[in-house]
Amino acid sequence: MSLQIVTANRLDDGLVVFMTANHGWSDDIHQAVLAEDQAHADDLLARASTRDQDIVVVGPYLIEVEASEAGIVPTKYREVLRTKGPSVRQDLGYQAGQ
Amino acid sequence: MYRYDDFDRQLVLERTEQFRGQVARRLSGELTEDQFRPLRLMNGVYLQLHAYMLRVAVPYGTLSGAQLRQLGYIARKYDKGYGHFTTRQNIQYNWPKLAELPDALLDLARVEMHAIQTSGNCIRNTTTDQYAGAAADEIEDPRPYCELIRQWSTFHPEFTYLPRKFKIAVTGAPNDRAAVRVHDIGLRMHQNAEGETGFEVIVGGGLGRTPFVGKTIRDFIGKNDLFSYLEATLRVYNRFGRRDNKYKARIKILVHEIGAEEMARLVEEEWAQIKDGSLKVSDAEIAQYIAQFAPPSFETLPDDDAEFARRKVENPGFAAWVRSNVVAHKQPGYAIANVSLKPIGGIPGDATADQMERVADLADQYSFGDVRVTHEQNLVLPHVKKADLFSLWAELSNAGLATANLGYVTDIIACPGLDYCALATARSIPLSQRISERFGDLDRQHHIGELKIKISGCINACGHHHVGHIGILGLDKRGKEFYQITLGGDASENAAIGKIVGAGFSEAEVVDAIEAIVTRYLEIRDAGERFIDTYRRVGTDPFKEVLYGDR
Amino acid sequence: MAIVKHDTVIDNDWITLDAEGDLPAGDVNIIVPLDRWKAEQDSLKGRNGGVGVLLVPGDAPEDIAADLDRLALIAIRFPAYTDGRGYSYARVLRERYGFAGEIRAVGDVLRDQILNMHRCGFDAFDLKDDADTALAKVRAAMAEMTVYYQPTGDGRATAGSLRERRRAGQVG
Repeated sequence: MSLQIVTANRLDDGLVVFMTANHGWSDDIHQAVLAEDQAHADDLLARASTRDQDIVVVGPYLIEVEASEAGIVPTKYREVLRTKGPSVRQDLGYQAGQ
Repeated sequence: MYRYDDFDRQLVLERTEQFRGQVARRLSGELTEDQFRPLRLMNGVYLQLHAYMLRVAVPYGTLSGAQLRQLGYIARKYDKGYGHFTTRQNIQYNWPKLAELPDALLDLARVEMHAIQTSGNCIRNTTTDQYAGAAADEIEDPRPYCELIRQWSTFHPEFTYLPRKFKIAVTGAPNDRAAVRVHDIGLRMHQNAEGETGFEVIVGGGLGRTPFVGKTIRDFIGKNDLFSYLEATLRVYNRFGRRDNKYKARIKILVHEIGAEEMARLVEEEWAQIKDGSLKVSDAEIAQYIAQFAPPSFETLPDDDAEFARRKVENPGFAAWVRSNVVAHKQPGYAIANVSLKPIGGIPGDATADQMERVADLADQYSFGDVRVTHEQNLVLPHVKKADLFSLWAELSNAGLATANLGYVTDIIACPGLDYCALATARSIPLSQRISERFGDLDRQHHIGELKIKISGCINACGHHHVGHIGILGLDKRGKEFYQITLGGDASENAAIGKIVGAGFSEAEVVDAIEAIVTRYLEIRDAGERFIDTYRRVGTDPFKEVLYGDR
Repeated sequence: MAIVKHDTVIDNDWITLDAEGDLPAGDVNIIVPLDRWKAEQDSLKGRNGGVGVLLVPGDAPEDIAADLDRLALIAIRFPAYTDGRGYSYARVLRERYGFAGEIRAVGDVLRDQILNMHRCGFDAFDLKDDADTALAKVRAAMAEMTVYYQPTGDGRATAGSLRERRRAGQVG
């Protein structure tokens, strides 16, 4: 069973965010709370999908990640792009330190 | 060029305020995301991979200098200094904030623009020939009818929740530059036996996961009857189009399932009931719209300009640009100048705020303030004096906008792909950049001649790969990007859907594969043959051979 | 739940029946599904109370074209607001067959679709809100736009007709 985290886009500015341990949101994937089994993942997703969260984020969903000392990295390329920004504009997005 | 009157202005302002209210209700929680999504989509607001995206309508691809300048201003104020011109002749911004979007729409409204119906299951922005009103081969300027379609389709109360999106394209020239045969409705202007100009009505074309070339359901509909006929067609689709499966909901599936004859019968039956109603447009009203698109005040000039001829001889770079990017104009002494947004190794269709402002200035200076957006993701200055072409070219060169590659192998259509798009399965832009670099040498491109490469990053086919002479579809194969190649597609009046040539290629292999195809074409072409002509003569086998050998 | 009609909240004095089951007393106003109307119209026509028909997506308004003078109300259901077939049904009933009774939008009826519904011929809206909220929503929705491009049967002047009138005025 691989690790999972919850990601979404923030309602007001649309930027990519990750659910943290206190069920808040961070734009830093390394702050994300890790679900080690499916039950925990489902619980996190449910907490991310409440009516209260609906005015904070849009479209929460689970993604698979790998965690190491270097931090958390999504397993799918699409999600890696979301943590960085467009590969063709490395001056934009999180990869640019904006 | 059409200018808003107080009715149009009022409508767009009311819409902007309506959306401001909807955004406020969404941010306050009164509207859920499920309730808000269709409302924002109908104002052109998507949520993409990294952020929101705003798609602004450029009705029938026509802009004034002032409008293009404002698009640059919006890129700078609400986005990150650039925009992306699309295959629907629209422009997209990739980083706007939801709370600021009502202000952005208000800034658009100031220059008579909007983002209405650039998404959603409604009638989208109507597209047409980018050379409308200028092309030497034109029967009639299609834009007056496009503007009437724009008004008829804007907030059409009956057709706001169609089974799926609906795209209409119009061509006024026999050489179809608007891809009308691959639209939900394509309208082709022509003359009937009585010498009247009207429209052939083609229905059920489209790309996506099930591509079709559209079928003609009526050879000729007169101008006065066009709008009731469109309404009848849309009503049949709204009532009978499939709603049980999103992927079968486009009108092309309805036409395919019931057949073009039955579709025609249903439309004719509905039309008979409404054709004499209030949608019949009078000659007087049509004349009002034709007057709005009257030609600019051209000077009376000889068609040949000695200075122009001399510059071409003296300056090979200019001559190369004229050869590829300048097209014949209907007015003697004038020409149509294409502004390539495909610099070698660049991002197809992207323009910076500075470039937009630059082209706006050049349009005001050289082209009666008239700019066009093409479905092939370039810009056009449609009315340039031949005597001015050299100065224009020099200024475009300074702005990095004079790439002499129109219609060549590096003039690639590419959707945003996985770099931006939430639906994409693979990236499109990096592949287009690598192909562009591989074939970057101008002499080589000219030697190859017309060759349209079109790249989509998913099966939805925004990059029109089905109608590329060489089409490339990016897919996800076990977590890796891989690319399927089709050959023989064509978006012109000889529309055809490309055929898959064989197994797909990895990201590392695909550029070599494209080069192998091109090399084989050069080996086997007859004199004067374009790639598509050779393909039609020889089929896929010679290309399979170089790609797969005995595999 | 509140029904707004002609800028006021009305009492719902109609009962919507299923495809089968007993009919209520003869003077009760009833709304029946289209198929039931087709099957039982001979007996339904004899009732003292009002009879209405419910159309759902996929039904054909043409099927009741000949019966419209017998019907006081036609309800059109939106199972989801994204299913737009009901807009066409309302226009066909109003504009083609001249139905003059109530056309009521029922089901997933939300503020942001009400103006379009009204333009297509709906004159009553069954909202899932309390009376005050429902009335406020309908009023806000109806006031949002004042310029209309398309001629429908709703009596609103189109931009095109107003332009025409203005030109005629200038000429005359």
